[in-house]
Amino acid sequence: MEETLIKTCLHDRHVKAGALMSPFGGFDMPIQYKGITEEHNAVRHEVGVFDVSHMGEVRIKGRQAYDYVSHIFVNDVTGAPDGQIFYGMMCYENGTTVDDLLVYKVNDEEYFLVINAANIDKDVAWIKENAVGFDVTVEDESPRYGEVALQGPLAEKTLEEVLGLDGKDIPFYNFKTFDVDGEEIIVSRTGYTGEDGFEIYGSHDYIVKVWDRLMEAGVQPCGLGCRDTLRFEVGLPLYGHELSDQITPIEGSLSMFVKLDKPSFIGKEALARQKAEGVKRRIVGIELEGSAVPRAGYPVIVDGEQVGEVTTGYKSISTGKSVAMAMVAKPYDKLGTPVEIQIRKKRFPGKVVKKRFYDKNYKK
Amino acid sequence: MSKILDDLRYADSHEWVKLDGDIATVGITDYAQHALGSIVYVDMPEPGDEVTAGEEFGAVESVKAASDLISPVSGEVVEINSDLEDSPELVNEDAFANWIMKVKVSDPSEIDSLLDAAAYAGICEE
Repeated sequence: MEETLIKTCLHDRHVKAGALMSPFGGFDMPIQYKGITEEHNAVRHEVGVFDVSHMGEVRIKGRQAYDYVSHIFVNDVTGAPDGQIFYGMMCYENGTTVDDLLVYKVNDEEYFLVINAANIDKDVAWIKENAVGFDVTVEDESPRYGEVALQGPLAEKTLEEVLGLDGKDIPFYNFKTFDVDGEEIIVSRTGYTGEDGFEIYGSHDYIVKVWDRLMEAGVQPCGLGCRDTLRFEVGLPLYGHELSDQITPIEGSLSMFVKLDKPSFIGKEALARQKAEGVKRRIVGIELEGSAVPRAGYPVIVDGEQVGEVTTGYKSISTGKSVAMAMVAKPYDKLGTPVEIQIRKKRFPGKVVKKRFYDKNYKK
Repeated sequence: MSKILDDLRYADSHEWVKLDGDIATVGITDYAQHALGSIVYVDMPEPGDEVTAGEEFGAVESVKAASDLISPVSGEVVEINSDLEDSPELVNEDAFANWIMKVKVSDPSEIDSLLDAAAYAGICEE
């Protein structure tokens, strides 16, 4: 049976603009407008805008909101000022990942969670299940929010000049709310590209207005194609590739977001054990000689034996190098380890490198 | 509108062939390069490899995906276009000038079963 794809509030804009559309996480999303390379370069060097209305939003409210968020989130929000944002994961008891997400601290009794489109139903069910016994309410607000990501070195200027929103005073990984025409909108200095930028959440009507104004101003519309090449180059994970319900954040090489000094959270025992004993496999970067393109699922080989597989790979648009993130068994995760990647009938030599293939350009 | 040359034969998998004696020159069509977008790598066979009509002989990679190349003829690869090793984007610039391989065909009559320009144009319009 064919699943009906959900349309975002900007869907007809994408179709009218002739974007190449494709299913993603249950939504009918634009993959590219002009071309992945052009859109990628617009974000790296100028500014581009993405429709990310498919992302899910969940609001946690109540007297025990802090205790509850601490219970389900591997990062530590203790002592954070209102308006701060944290990246991290929700994990199962066995340490594998429910989802990776952003947690916006509104105040001690209210948090706003931003989750992956493909995981909305699963996450909301899990979040509600684990809220039993806490004095909190859990509201899935995904249907009422539209969201755009304005990304690139000119994002701050564009935000102010085209949208009349002052982002200067919003530090990296913080957010502010604005009253626009009687509506409260959320603007955060976050993104998924490795560049400076903002994510804007508001009603469908407001987000459509924002999109139209950005288009009139000549801002490059960008599809999910370059969202993936951009996040990949700076080593950011994508759920379903570098994290999943089979992969823990420690195996995902994301231990810096797992705060084992917190008194307790779901999955802590398993993750602490894994950290103490060491993981059997983890996500690394691989750089190939030559320009064959490694793709997700291709085998990683050492001495004729498969030791892992590619989770995401591209010929990097920014550097021109053929690079991959891959899950490999220890001890082949060490920097400099010579490996091969099987691409169709041939094996191509390369070596293990840091999974950051391009330097982030955040404004901190 | 994609370019289609009258004096070539075509496969419905979007490769073109030009036969000179028993040497077939093979490439991908303008329609195919346009559909793929920016080509970042061409995976070619090696001289001496045997290829079979209707079977995969390599791949063309765009940023997002790999597409198999299907050989329109059978025979032995005698030459590959080594310019594409360093400059795969040449295929985007001119898909007919920038051929991929030359094959010494074992059965020149295979080419008769391929599409002519008019029939191929029909496929591209579908």
